[in-house]
Amino acid sequence: MYSEFSKGIFKENPIFIILLGLCPTLAVSTQVVNALGMGAGVIFVLLGSEIFVSLLKDFIPERVRIPSFIVIIASFVTIVDLVMQAYAPSLSRNLGVFVQLIVVNCIILGRAEAFASKRKLGESVLDALGMGVGFTLGLLLISAIREILGAGTITLVAVGGFDGVIRIPGLSSQPARVLALAPGALLVIGLLKALFNWLEMRRKARAAWAPEEKPAAGVPASAGTPAAGPVPSATGGAS
Amino acid sequence: MSYIGIIITFVFINNFILTQFLGLCPFIGVSRKTDSAVGMGFAVIFVMSMASLATWAVYRLILVPLNIEYLQTISFILIIAALVQLVEMVILKISPPLYKALGIYLPLITTNCAVLGIALIAVRSEYNAMESFVAGIAAGLGFLLAIVVMSAIRERLDKEWVPKPFRGVPIAFITAGLMALAFMAFDKALLKNLLG
Repeated sequence: MYSEFSKGIFKENPIFIILLGLCPTLAVSTQVVNALGMGAGVIFVLLGSEIFVSLLKDFIPERVRIPSFIVIIASFVTIVDLVMQAYAPSLSRNLGVFVQLIVVNCIILGRAEAFASKRKLGESVLDALGMGVGFTLGLLLISAIREILGAGTITLVAVGGFDGVIRIPGLSSQPARVLALAPGALLVIGLLKALFNWLEMRRKARAAWAPEEKPAAGVPASAGTPAAGPVPSATGGAS
Repeated sequence: MSYIGIIITFVFINNFILTQFLGLCPFIGVSRKTDSAVGMGFAVIFVMSMASLATWAVYRLILVPLNIEYLQTISFILIIAALVQLVEMVILKISPPLYKALGIYLPLITTNCAVLGIALIAVRSEYNAMESFVAGIAAGLGFLLAIVVMSAIRERLDKEWVPKPFRGVPIAFITAGLMALAFMAFDKALLKNLLG
C-alpha cells in the first residue's frame, strides 16, 4: 500500500520522470510561496477528483468518461479558485490565470484516467496524495533554485512581524536575474531533467555491473549445484 | 488596444510558449518533425481562434446576464473539448495522413493549457468579440512560430552529438530556454515605439 504513495514522490515523480503538468510548474515557480500555494491547490483537486472518479467509475459510461472526468476536475478547480480568492487574495493574484488552469494540468486528468478509473478508493487516495506531494516537492525544488539564484531570497508566508522573505546575504545584492525570468525556468528544468537522467543512468550502470558479477559467481555455483545436489540427497538417503 | 497591438503582443511579447509557458506539452511532444509541428500549429490556431470566440459569446451572453460567472472554468473547458472533437473529425475527413502524424496529440489539445489560457486571458482583459478572436489567432500564430522554429532546431540537433544525459527532452528544454532569451528582446517598449 505504501508504494502507491511513495511512487509519486520518487519513481514516477510527475514533474521530473513523467513530465506532466509542466506549464504551471514553470510559470508559477518564481517564488517559493507560489509553489506552496499551487502545490496545495493541486493536491486538493487531485484528491477530490480521484476520490470522485474512483467512486463513480462504475456509473460513468465508457464513451463519455473523459468529459465526465473533466467536469469533476473543473468543479474542484472552481472550489480552489473561489476559496483562494476569498482567503488568500495576494496568492490568488500572484498565480493569476494558473489557478483556473489546474483544470488542464495533465497530471490530474492523467491520474484520473490511468489510475482512479480502474482502482479502489483507498488506493486512489494514496495515489492522489503521492502524486500531489511529488508534484509539490518538484515545484518547490524548481522555485527554490530559481528564487535563491535569481533573486537571492526565499519568500514564505508572512507571519506576524516576519514579512515572510528570507534574504540570502551575498546573493540578494547581485542575483543571476535571468533565472527568475521566463528563460530561467526552461533552462532550470532542462538541467534538472538532465541531472535526473544522469542519476538514472548511473543507477542502471551500477545495476548492470552488479548482476554481471553475480552471474559470474552464479555460474560456477549453478554448475556446482548438480555436483552439490547429490550430496544432500546422498546424505538424506543415508540418514 | 488596436488589433496590431494585440497581434504583436501575443505573437512576440507575450509569446504563449516562451514567456507564459502555456502549451508546453505539445510543444515538447510534437516538435520532433517539422511537418507534424506545422500541422499541430495550424490545428492549434484554428482551435484557439474558435475557442476564444465561442467562450466570449458564452461568457458575455450567458454567464454574465445570469450572474453565474463562477461557472466559467467548467463551461469553457466543455466548449473547448467539443471544439477539439469537431476539429479532429474535420482533419480525419480532410487529411488522414495528417491525422496519423498528429496521432495522440490531437485529443490532447483539449488539455492544452494554451487554449483554455487564451479564453481566460481574453475574458480577464475584457476584450470584445473581435479582439478575442484576433487574440486567439495571434496566440496561435505565436505557438506556430515557436513550435516550427523549435522543430527545425531539433531536426538539426538529431544529427549532432549530444551528451547522453541531455538527449531528448533536456536539450529540448535548454533550446527553448535559449529561444526564450532571444524573445526577451521583444518587450512593451517595442510596442510603444512601433505604435507610438
